[in-house]
Amino acid sequence: MNFEMPNFALAMPEMFVLGMACLILLVDLFLNERSRVVTYLLSQATLVGAFILTLSLYTPVRELTFSGTFVLDPMASVLKMAVYAVVFVMFLYTRSYLQARQMFTGEFYTLALFGVLGMMVMISAHSFLTLYLGLELLSLSMYAMVALQRDNRVASEAAMKYFLLGAMASAMLLYGMSMLYGVTGSLDLGEISRAIDEGEIERMLLVFGLVFMLVGVAFKLGAVPFHMWVPDVYHGAPTAVTQFISTAPKIAAFALLIRLLVDGLGGLQSEWHDILVLLAILSISVGNIIAIAQTNIKRMLAYSGIAHAGFLILGVLSGTAEGYAAGMFYVIVYAVMGLAGFGMVLLMSRAGFEADSLEDYKGLNQRNPWFALMVLFIMFSMAGVPPFIGFWAKLAVLQAVVASGLIWLAVLAVIFSVIGAFYYLRVIKLMYFDAPADEARIEPGRELAAVFSGNALVILAMGLFPGALMAICIQAFAL
Amino acid sequence: MFDSIQDISLYIVLAPLIGAIIAGLFGGQIGRVGAHTVAILGVAISFVLSALVFKWMVFDGMEPQNFSVYTWLVSEGIRFEIGFLIDELTAMMMVVVTFVSLMVHIYTVGYMSHDEENWPAGSKAGTNSYQRFFSYLSLFTFSMLMLVMANNFLQLFFGWEAVGLVSYLLIGFWSSRESAVFANMKAFLVNRVGDFGFLLGIAAVLMYFGTLDYASVFNAVEHHKDMTITIWPGSEWNIITVIGILLFIGAMGKSAQVPLHVWLPDSMEGPTPISALIHAATMVTAGIFMVARMSPVYELSEVALSFVLVIGAITALFMGLLGLVQHDIKRVVAYSTLSQLGYMTVALGVSAYAAGVFHLMTHAFFKALLFLAAGSVIIAMHHKQDMREMGGLRKYMPITWLTSLIGSLALIGAPGFSGFFSKDSIIEAVGHSTIPGAGFAYFAVLAGVFITALYSFRMYFLVFHGKERMDEHTRSHLHESPRVVTVPLILLAIPSVFIGWAYVGDMVFGDFFINAITVLPEHDVLSEVGFTSAFGMLLHGFVTAPFWLALAGVGVAYYLYMVRTDLPAKIVQLPVIKTLYAILQRNYGFDAFNNLVFGRGSRGLGTGLWKGGDTMLIDGLLVNGTARLVGWFSSVLRRVQSGYLYHYAFAMIIGLLVLFGLFVVA
Repeated sequence: MNFEMPNFALAMPEMFVLGMACLILLVDLFLNERSRVVTYLLSQATLVGAFILTLSLYTPVRELTFSGTFVLDPMASVLKMAVYAVVFVMFLYTRSYLQARQMFTGEFYTLALFGVLGMMVMISAHSFLTLYLGLELLSLSMYAMVALQRDNRVASEAAMKYFLLGAMASAMLLYGMSMLYGVTGSLDLGEISRAIDEGEIERMLLVFGLVFMLVGVAFKLGAVPFHMWVPDVYHGAPTAVTQFISTAPKIAAFALLIRLLVDGLGGLQSEWHDILVLLAILSISVGNIIAIAQTNIKRMLAYSGIAHAGFLILGVLSGTAEGYAAGMFYVIVYAVMGLAGFGMVLLMSRAGFEADSLEDYKGLNQRNPWFALMVLFIMFSMAGVPPFIGFWAKLAVLQAVVASGLIWLAVLAVIFSVIGAFYYLRVIKLMYFDAPADEARIEPGRELAAVFSGNALVILAMGLFPGALMAICIQAFAL
Repeated sequence: MFDSIQDISLYIVLAPLIGAIIAGLFGGQIGRVGAHTVAILGVAISFVLSALVFKWMVFDGMEPQNFSVYTWLVSEGIRFEIGFLIDELTAMMMVVVTFVSLMVHIYTVGYMSHDEENWPAGSKAGTNSYQRFFSYLSLFTFSMLMLVMANNFLQLFFGWEAVGLVSYLLIGFWSSRESAVFANMKAFLVNRVGDFGFLLGIAAVLMYFGTLDYASVFNAVEHHKDMTITIWPGSEWNIITVIGILLFIGAMGKSAQVPLHVWLPDSMEGPTPISALIHAATMVTAGIFMVARMSPVYELSEVALSFVLVIGAITALFMGLLGLVQHDIKRVVAYSTLSQLGYMTVALGVSAYAAGVFHLMTHAFFKALLFLAAGSVIIAMHHKQDMREMGGLRKYMPITWLTSLIGSLALIGAPGFSGFFSKDSIIEAVGHSTIPGAGFAYFAVLAGVFITALYSFRMYFLVFHGKERMDEHTRSHLHESPRVVTVPLILLAIPSVFIGWAYVGDMVFGDFFINAITVLPEHDVLSEVGFTSAFGMLLHGFVTAPFWLALAGVGVAYYLYMVRTDLPAKIVQLPVIKTLYAILQRNYGFDAFNNLVFGRGSRGLGTGLWKGGDTMLIDGLLVNGTARLVGWFSSVLRRVQSGYLYHYAFAMIIGLLVLFGLFVVA
């Protein structure tokens, strides 16, 4: 076996984040409570630095390195930058929340950064090995983050469930990978793709592996029926952590889906297409319907996230570049909306009090009209009402579905979106038409208020000018 | 000199609109004087320029002008434009509309000067009502000018609806009065019926001609005269007939022809200047104007003309009868208006468009005069309108008395007055017509002359002569109205006397309207009548039936209301008369029928659809039913989320097995 010198330059962002995460881990040891802000600033700097590095490495071509296990293509660059941005905003959102709950510790930031590293590896993976490596790094970070408040019974329970179910899903994914390795003789996605195209392998064996792998991926996306962990974990975890695990990892999971199904198993498209149709229908219907019965806003957003995962799958299943672009657009938009959705919960909560009941939103308009308006933006966007960005995301996905000839599926998705609009509109109704239970005006910290307003206004602005992001997404799949 | 006609047309239309906007939106800032100044100024500009256009048109030999000002949109090759068609007909209408409007504007200064007394104390709706009234008046003038100056059906329809809207606003101007609100709703709803036909007519024009432009339609009308349309299986209708009748249904609503006349008497709930301007002089004649404008279309369908004729004759006769039994001074004038509109419609039906339009013009002056005079009486009587409480007003209000007498003489067609020339032309034309229905119409218009004279002078004698029947308090305050009221009366009395002399030769029997109105040779009854000069007609007038009938009417009125004032009450008690009187009192039962069949019927239908269709089926079964189903399903599904780890793991395994079963084994 020849050993050639890999092109390290392509993995510069990953190496930078790794180095910085280790550095922060060390630095944090020497900081006392008052100077903890250094950890925060270093973490933000890491993300900014990684962003700049990734941006400077952006090429419109596809480059492989580390013996073909690592790939850098436009999709990877865009998705990574989206991850940095989302996590950056998440850090902005959560600082005051963490400080108020004695969670403003180095662990939160280092775990989040290792999670980011895991996502980056996943996004750039070109081999089963790197994929799994990234996935586990991300997952382990997230398990730990959920359990960050280890004295909190609900959080510990959520972490336990998450870990056990996640381990099961990983096992299935791994089993599927081993099946495919067995029949193709390679871990490299390119090799596997070629082996399948040659057509000498028993189809059933391939599908066998595919099904197991898809279970693992569906678990990460939170698609029905592998979604059971989502509500419990979103609900149980501290809101800051929920905001993290509900946004950036979805972007990575999208990359996982594309890498596995398109880069690796593109030859099995007719098989995975049908499985994705099933997962998408189940996710959109079950997610939207159960969300209606929720009284807890975090659980409601969890089910909403499940339904959004279904939409994201809809984009991918069409099997065209337009569809992938629509899916990518959707996942980025979803991350932005998810940030705002949980940001709204952060905003409403005070020290020792989580405003995660729908009741807490009653009469928000009287307590703080500006934030009520921002929440209205977010809810409209999630429901897919123009001119907010959520509308364009849904539209792009549905266009891709219609273009692939599955009009019935598009109609079904729209019907369930309409049903889903109910619970988004209910929040608006509570805010504007119900009397507040608590008359006190809501005065969040200035930083949090600014981030939240900015986020909601970005949702509006992107909705008014959706072209730029769409163009980026289309370019990412133009290869 | 005529190059500026396009700009001038625009100024004519926009001046009242600007006045309306300023008086309406800034009425609070500029105050009463400011508001009536801008409104009157706008209309005055419009009148002066209209008179100028009339002069160019009639005396300086300007060619008819047809131009578009603005293209609103182009859709599938059909242009929707704002444009003006200025010919003799338009020029005449412009002068009439702006002149009467100007008079009414001035008069209103006096009539509405104490308008705050018409509102309940502390009523918010009464704030700036004076300015609002002027704004509406000017807005009406704008709308009416848009209507008469249109060169296409779309703009015609715009003007048509806009005058309807202003009429609605003004009938219900005193919105705190329940009767006013009822009346304006009635007017609006009845006009909706007519407008529905009108819109269908326009749609038919668009469908068969592919254009809404008058000139194009009139040019193409010859090619379409044999086209037919199947309205229901087995009935072929000539397309021109269908268009003519549909458009005329619109005219029936606007010009209050039977059976769509029911709104006009109730419209008297509005302030009197409105009754004069909108419900006598201008808006209600829009239907007459429209049919005259469409003469190239109507000429090609004898069926449509016959329809117009019969409707007009019925209106002329039977609405006049109703005028005999009214006690409210304004209602007498209102029924008189209905009857006179019937005369105009009759003229249209026998293709004597010129006579109809001429009567429109003379009627505009003398009817506005009569209404304003009635308003002057009402002011003096402290807003009492019952004639049984009047009498002997002549000596208190000499100007009002004299002008009312002139108006009444003009109305009954006393030889020499303007109404004589116009009405006798119509009657003569009907006598010469051979179109189906002309016989009945001739009888109706002749009988109408007697009735007109009777109710006009009944009113005249009851109000100005005889015993003073008002209470002592009112009598002590009786005095002539202020000059803003009397000057318009005098200014309107002048044309009421002389306009017939001046124009009958040209307009009715000459070729004044040659560019504007088309009459086929076989329908040309006016040339058969064949007067050449006003004087000849006047001489002839003393020997015709109408003259003696009118004289008889006046005589009967004098006898009944001056000599034997006890007689009317006795006559009413006679057996047959009693029944007839009851029928007339009930307005032939139109209102009762409408309320019962259309009012109750549509409410019943609405309630049925609401309860059965909307509440039960759509809301209950479809909307709420779906919501309940989803809610139920949701509450069932959420139980799956039990919280137990092994349930979750089990669900994953089941999911895996299902996928496995579906995609690997199968």
